[in-house]
Amino acid sequence: MRVNGKEETQGAGLTLEEYLKTKGYESNRVAVELNGEIVPRSHFSETVLRQEDALEIVSFVGGG
Amino acid sequence: MKDTWKLGEHEFTSRFILGSGKYSLPLIQAAVEDAGAQMVTLALRRAQANTENILDYIPEGVTLLPNTSGARNAEEAVRIARLSRACGCGDFVKVEIMRDTKYLLPDNYETAKATEILAKEGFLVMPYMFPDLNAARDLQNAGAVSVMPLGAPIGSNKGLCSKEFIQILIDEIDLPIIVDAGIGKPSQACEAMEMGAAAVMANTAIATAGDIPAMARAFKQAIEAGRTAYLSGLGRVMEKGASASSPLTGFLEA
Repeated sequence: MRVNGKEETQGAGLTLEEYLKTKGYESNRVAVELNGEIVPRSHFSETVLRQEDALEIVSFVGGG
Repeated sequence: MKDTWKLGEHEFTSRFILGSGKYSLPLIQAAVEDAGAQMVTLALRRAQANTENILDYIPEGVTLLPNTSGARNAEEAVRIARLSRACGCGDFVKVEIMRDTKYLLPDNYETAKATEILAKEGFLVMPYMFPDLNAARDLQNAGAVSVMPLGAPIGSNKGLCSKEFIQILIDEIDLPIIVDAGIGKPSQACEAMEMGAAAVMANTAIATAGDIPAMARAFKQAIEAGRTAYLSGLGRVMEKGASASSPLTGFLEA
């Protein structure tokens, strides 16, 4: 997979919810784009990741 | 009567929108409290695992205003806005689009395009813009809930360089005008409020101050003073000459 622009060897086969938890992301603090489409938070636990997926995981930081 | 203002259906009493960039999470919490801010801006970036989240440092009840910083055109801004909304923190978005990396000036044309798309999707769009009356009208027609003209380039602390043009927006546009960017001192925030701005947004002035919470408090007081002065009606300015404040009769004789 590609996650935030980097190659990721783990994760395929996991649900998005499981992947986020394994990697140390708080699922209630992030938004996720899967292959260019936003995944609603309510679908995290039923979205299964595949080897060819590209993920963007974003969250808020300080800004003006 | 309580002096409130509205963005869409949301009512606010504080007229100080605080930025959260360039300082630490604990200081953000202190600054928000000392500023009495009811609205705080945020940015969206690729998430870092196992890190603290800024949302844990923003007091409950504060309205979040995610920005689209990093966007270079309308399409990128729309993408960032949609992802921000997917974070589950409301429908507000501050659209900021910059093509120019030296002065970070907002692109009014791309901003209007993004505003139109996002307003149709139900966002409460607050566009950051270069103070131009025609562009402000375009933003209003596109569905913006406020207009945020810059006082000076972002982060410059130079003050109200665009004062005359901001005044035109205040006089002609029937939306809250929020002076954003460039405000470096409380006196400049006060002046913007005296001019009739609905609110002031500041970040760098606070973040680069010696005592961040104290400066947030100083801005709060200045904004309140300027607002009260505006509502009071400023005294007239004489073109020439002088006008004694003390009586011109009853002088002692030699």
